[in-house]
Amino acid sequence: MKIRLDQVVKSFDTFRAVHGVSLEVASGELVALLGPSGSGKTTILRMIAGLEYADGGTISFGNQDATTIPVRERGVGFVFQHYALFPHMTVSENIAFGMKVSKVKRSKKAIADRVEELLSLVQLEGLADRFPNQISGGQRQRVALARALAVDPKVLLLDEPFGALDAAVRRDLRIWLRAIQEKLGITTLFVTHDQEEALDLADRVVILNGGKIVQEGTPEDVTRRPNSAFVTRFLGDTNRLQGHARGGQIFLGGANVAAPDIRDGQAEIYVRPADLEWTGEGEGVHATVTRVIDRPDNRRVLARLDNGEPVELDVAPETRLARGDQGYLKIRRANVFAG
Amino acid sequence: MSLHQAKPPRVGDSPAVRRTLIALVLLVGAVLVLAPLIVIFVQAFSLGIQAFTAAIGEPDTLHAILLTVITALIAVPINTAFGVAAAWAVTKFDFPGKRLLIVVIEIPFSISPIVAGVAYLFVYGLQGLLGPALQAADIKILFALPGIVLASMFVTAPFVARELIPLMQAQGRDLEEAATSLGASGWRTFWSVTLPNVRWALLYGVVLCNARVMGEFGAVSVVSGNIRGQTNTLPLHIELLYHDYQTAGAFAAASILTVLAVVTIIAKVALERRGAGRRSRVSIAAPSMIAEEPTS
Repeated sequence: MKIRLDQVVKSFDTFRAVHGVSLEVASGELVALLGPSGSGKTTILRMIAGLEYADGGTISFGNQDATTIPVRERGVGFVFQHYALFPHMTVSENIAFGMKVSKVKRSKKAIADRVEELLSLVQLEGLADRFPNQISGGQRQRVALARALAVDPKVLLLDEPFGALDAAVRRDLRIWLRAIQEKLGITTLFVTHDQEEALDLADRVVILNGGKIVQEGTPEDVTRRPNSAFVTRFLGDTNRLQGHARGGQIFLGGANVAAPDIRDGQAEIYVRPADLEWTGEGEGVHATVTRVIDRPDNRRVLARLDNGEPVELDVAPETRLARGDQGYLKIRRANVFAG
Repeated sequence: MSLHQAKPPRVGDSPAVRRTLIALVLLVGAVLVLAPLIVIFVQAFSLGIQAFTAAIGEPDTLHAILLTVITALIAVPINTAFGVAAAWAVTKFDFPGKRLLIVVIEIPFSISPIVAGVAYLFVYGLQGLLGPALQAADIKILFALPGIVLASMFVTAPFVARELIPLMQAQGRDLEEAATSLGASGWRTFWSVTLPNVRWALLYGVVLCNARVMGEFGAVSVVSGNIRGQTNTLPLHIELLYHDYQTAGAFAAASILTVLAVVTIIAKVALERRGAGRRSRVSIAAPSMIAEEPTS
C-alpha cells in the first residue's frame, strides 16, 4: 500500500512539531524517518497511524484519503517504542488480541492457527504461554511485531524499534526485521535517531530536523551527497574546517579542495575521519598529533592544525603514530557548503 | 554479646536501638489498637452467647445492620464508577481544570464529615436551598435513606480515585493506544486492557470505600435524624444503645461492625499480597526500562 503525505502540519499547544511535510512511500518500501530528538519524526509516524490527527494537510493510503480515518479503522500495524505489550496476557493472547476484537469474525481454531504461524515467523514457538515480563527485551520486541502483523495491516509502523535493546541484540534484530519485511513485502516505516540503524535497514532514508524534511534518498544518496551541513554532521563523525572559496577551489593551507558550485567567499569543508590521509612528509595540511585512540578496526588520531583547529582521522591499526608526531593531511573527499 | 562485637552491625542497626524501637511500637500498637478490639468482643460476650444473640436479634439492631448494608450496596458501586471515571478523565485526557478536579476529589479527605452533614442539611433541609421544592414534590432526602447514602458517598468519594490515579498515571496511554490500533473499541479497550491492569488497586479502593461507608458516623448522624428502627445505621445505633445504658447490646452491635471491619482488613491484606506479587514480577522488567533513553 502506497502512503502519501501532503503538506502535513501538526502543533502541540504552542509548539509546532511538524511543518508542512510531504512524503511518498512506495508500496513494499522500507523507509526510515531519521532525526534528532524533537525533529517531529515520531509525531509524523503517529499521524500516519492515526494516533494523532494532522492540523493541516492530507495523508492518503493508496488512492484513499486517510486523514480523518480513526486509528481503529486505518489498518496499520504499530509497534510501540516500549512495545506496549498487555502485561496481563500471555504472548499468544497478546498476538491474538487484534483478531479477537476484529469486526471480521474468526473461529477459535483460525485464530490459534494464525498465532502459531506468527510465533514461528518471529521464532518464538516455545514462548506462547509466557507473560511479557518473563521474556527478554528482544523477545518482547518480536512479540510486539507479531501482534501488529496479526491483523494483516496494510502498513507497518515502528517507533524506535530497537531503541530499548543492547547493541548485539539490536544488530541481530535489524537483519531479522529486514528479512521479514522482504518476505511479507509490507510497506514499512520506522522512526529512529540512530543513523547507523537507518542506513543499515532502510531502502530510503528521510532525514528530519525541526519538523521539516531536510533530505531524503537512498542510503547512498544521503551519505555520499548530503545536501547540508546538518545532514553531513548528523550522519556521522566529521571534521569541520574553515576555508576560502575562489574560482571553484578552496584553499586550505597546503591542500586544495574542488568546490565547483560554491560561490567565492567563506566556506565550510566537512571531511570524514576516514577521508583524511596521514603522510609523514610531502603535500597537505600540516598537523600535530595530540592523541591516539585504539579501536577494534582502526586507530583514531586526534590532531591539531597549525591554526589551532582540531581534526580527527582514522588510520590503519599498524600505523605507528604517537602524541607529538608531525605530518601532513591529504583530503581524499570532502563536502563543501557555503559558510 | 561477643558475637555482636565481632560483627559490627550496619549503620543505624545498633541492636539496642532496634530492640527498643520494635518493643515500643509493639507496645503502643497493642495498647492503642489491639486492646480495645479485644475489649469489644469480651464485653459483647460477657453475659453469654445467648445474651449476645438476643441483643443482635433485637429488631432495631437488625434494622440498623440492614440499613448499613443497603447503604453500602448503593454507595459503594456508585462511588466505584465515579472513581474509575474520574481517574480515567484525569490520567487519559488533558483538559483545563484538571488540577482543580484532583483537588475537588480530595476535599472529602480533608473536611470533617460533620461539615458535610451540615452542608447537606442546608441544601436539602426544609429551610435549605432545595427543601421547599423537594417537599412540594414529596421527595424525602433528609432523615431517610437517600440522605444517608448521599452523606456516605460524599465522605468516601475520593477512595477509589485516589487508588487508581497514581497507578494509571504510571501506566500512561501506550496500552490503550496499542489496543485501539489493533482494532479494539473504546469499551473493549477499557474492559480487556485498562481494567485488568488496575484491578488490584481498584479492589483495594473498593474495600476501603466499603469499610468507610459502613463505619461512617459524623455525616450520617446529621442527615439521618437518628430515628431508631428507621434511619439508624449500625454506628448510630451503637451510640444510641450505649447512651441507653444497654452496654452489652452496644458491644454486641459494635462487635458486628468490628467483624465487618476485620473482614475488610483481611481482604485488603490478601489483595495487597497479590498486588505485591504482581509488582515484584513487573520489576523484573524494570532494568531495561531504566536503560531506555528518552527520545522524541
